[in-house]
Amino acid sequence: MLMSDAPSITAPTASDRISDPMLPSPYRVQRARWDTDDTFSLELVPLDSDDIPHFAPGQFNMVYVYGVGEIPISISGDPTRRDLLVHTTRAVGTVTRAMSKLRVEDMLAARGPYGTAWPVAEAHQKDIVIVAGGIGLAPLRPAMYHIMAHREQYGRVVLLYGARTPGDVLYRKQLEQWRAHFDLDVFVTVDRATGSWRGSVGLVTSLIGRAPFDPLNTVALVCGPEVMMRFTTMGLEKRGVDTKNIYVSLERNMKCAIRLCGHCQFGSTFVCKDGPVFRYSQVQSLLTKWEV
Amino acid sequence: MVKISRREGRAAQLIEHHDFQSLFDVLKAKKYRLIGPTVRDGSVVYDEVARVDDLPVGYSDEQEKGSYRLNKSDDHRLFGYGVGPHSWKKFLFPPAVRLWQARRDDGSFQIIPEDYHAEPLALIGVRACELNAIAIQDRVFLDGEYRDPIYAAQREKLFVLAVNCGQAGNTCFCASMHAGPRVTGQFDLAVTEVINGESHYFTVEVGSPRGEEVLSEVPHRPASGEEKALANQIITQTAASMKRSIDTRGIKQRLYASFEHPQWDDIAARCLACGNCTQVCPTCFCSTVEDVTDLSGNTADRWRKWDSCFTTDFSYIVGGSIRSSVKSRYRQWMTHKLATWIEQFGTSGCVGCGRCITWCPVGIDITEEIAALRAEKQPATAVEAAKEDVSYADV
Repeated sequence: MLMSDAPSITAPTASDRISDPMLPSPYRVQRARWDTDDTFSLELVPLDSDDIPHFAPGQFNMVYVYGVGEIPISISGDPTRRDLLVHTTRAVGTVTRAMSKLRVEDMLAARGPYGTAWPVAEAHQKDIVIVAGGIGLAPLRPAMYHIMAHREQYGRVVLLYGARTPGDVLYRKQLEQWRAHFDLDVFVTVDRATGSWRGSVGLVTSLIGRAPFDPLNTVALVCGPEVMMRFTTMGLEKRGVDTKNIYVSLERNMKCAIRLCGHCQFGSTFVCKDGPVFRYSQVQSLLTKWEV
Repeated sequence: MVKISRREGRAAQLIEHHDFQSLFDVLKAKKYRLIGPTVRDGSVVYDEVARVDDLPVGYSDEQEKGSYRLNKSDDHRLFGYGVGPHSWKKFLFPPAVRLWQARRDDGSFQIIPEDYHAEPLALIGVRACELNAIAIQDRVFLDGEYRDPIYAAQREKLFVLAVNCGQAGNTCFCASMHAGPRVTGQFDLAVTEVINGESHYFTVEVGSPRGEEVLSEVPHRPASGEEKALANQIITQTAASMKRSIDTRGIKQRLYASFEHPQWDDIAARCLACGNCTQVCPTCFCSTVEDVTDLSGNTADRWRKWDSCFTTDFSYIVGGSIRSSVKSRYRQWMTHKLATWIEQFGTSGCVGCGRCITWCPVGIDITEEIAALRAEKQPATAVEAAKEDVSYADV
């Protein structure tokens, strides 16, 4: 069977919380801010309960904007904070553009969380390498929060982040804070330097070679464009990381997020249920084909 | 196929043709809305029927790749035709259904859940392939972590009057999919129509206590050994006369290994990507959602509608459609139906009803295409792909 050798990357689900699985819950915008020119974050508080549903790092919600539509967005807040739901997304489609126009006190609705999670519990005592490209940092941030809150349970922790330009660097302040930690190795690079940037220039894959981790005792969490994830995995494999220990998060069209609409099929998997976080070895042969 | 254990019921019973209306009357008296085959716009569709005369009495059909024709004959056969463009899925999985409403008021909005009212339906004349299709959709809609509440509500309110097929349509291949033509379970009553000289009767098998109860109110008698044998013979003949088939041996691996097969290009040159096959397929379950606002903008309805993997929108994500070529979309449909479905739901997604063959406007025949994919002679690229794809099967 498909996922028989899958790691235990299952996570709590909403199934026993709501009877009609397509019915979202209302939220109020508490804070809205632009992270970059095209990427914004919303902080949301639940209106019909005190707490947001418990979620695991890597899971996503279906977010609904009144009269416009509903889309899957990964959760990018701190999983220990139950009072606040944080979503970071780019304003590129109809729904995300409408979302970007929401102001404090405006309402939207969300349901979830759905999908598999980053294997943060399974990675205890191991080195962690997080590789993020562009907005791929958003679904990885809850994993960073978790790891930082349980820092003693891990070996070396490395964050490699690449953005197109210095202006596209997401969560810049937070990256700088993390970089100030003595027990974190944070490397940031940009594809193209602009303005006064004097940092690293080059693809995020170029950071893999010099990153300090033990390839034989490492769990890698990778999120970004698919082509970036393919090359990142190649780089990690070259360093000696087994593809079984590399995890990627995939994006596919989703209408229901509950394995019923059929849209997110990827080979025999449903990305909403079997993903979005996959062990790379499970999807490698699919990811190297076109139009699967 | 979904394996359904044959119910060891009591001895077969018999209803005379002139008493068949009484079966309708009893079901109506039990507050069922009767849905059955009826003729509309030149084809057999499923809709409300009140009387036996509403059925396509005396009709037979001719089906071929991309063609369907109804013929009227002099006999009074009630079920002398095969399946038409409709399937029962439209009652369990409605083509369009409102999921909920949002009402805006003063800057905020409220979500109003929909009440799903399922009315008791008696499905008249359900074929073996269709029962298997329902069993497959049961797995899709009911067996996952999340159940579809609309499907679940309607599923519990069905009375199933099944019919053993007395003839194989030209596009039928249910026997090879182990999905017919004999009904083997999941029904309340199952009948076989027999015309023998002057006599016209239905042998009846009881499949549930509910079926038993209904039958008890309809004039009937035990079928004789000869009458039963005749009915049996009809079903056996139907199976034997089926012309089309799919070789299902190792089909999953075969399709996984055929990802780069040149046959997909050949199909793509013919396929219009119209999605007809997915609409007529009794197991296709894909859906999309649509938001509809009223003119004032104060009400926004969220609808679920049937969707098809043949549209480019289906796999659209920022940056473009994942399956932009027709080739990749046909490959997805067929690979899903016959291969990945097995991994997802423990059963093939195909019951061999032949609708996708009949209703394809350019006559693409899934049985022929599978045979072509299985053909011995494969270009080197496909052989290479087959090697490489071993890992795909193990995903």
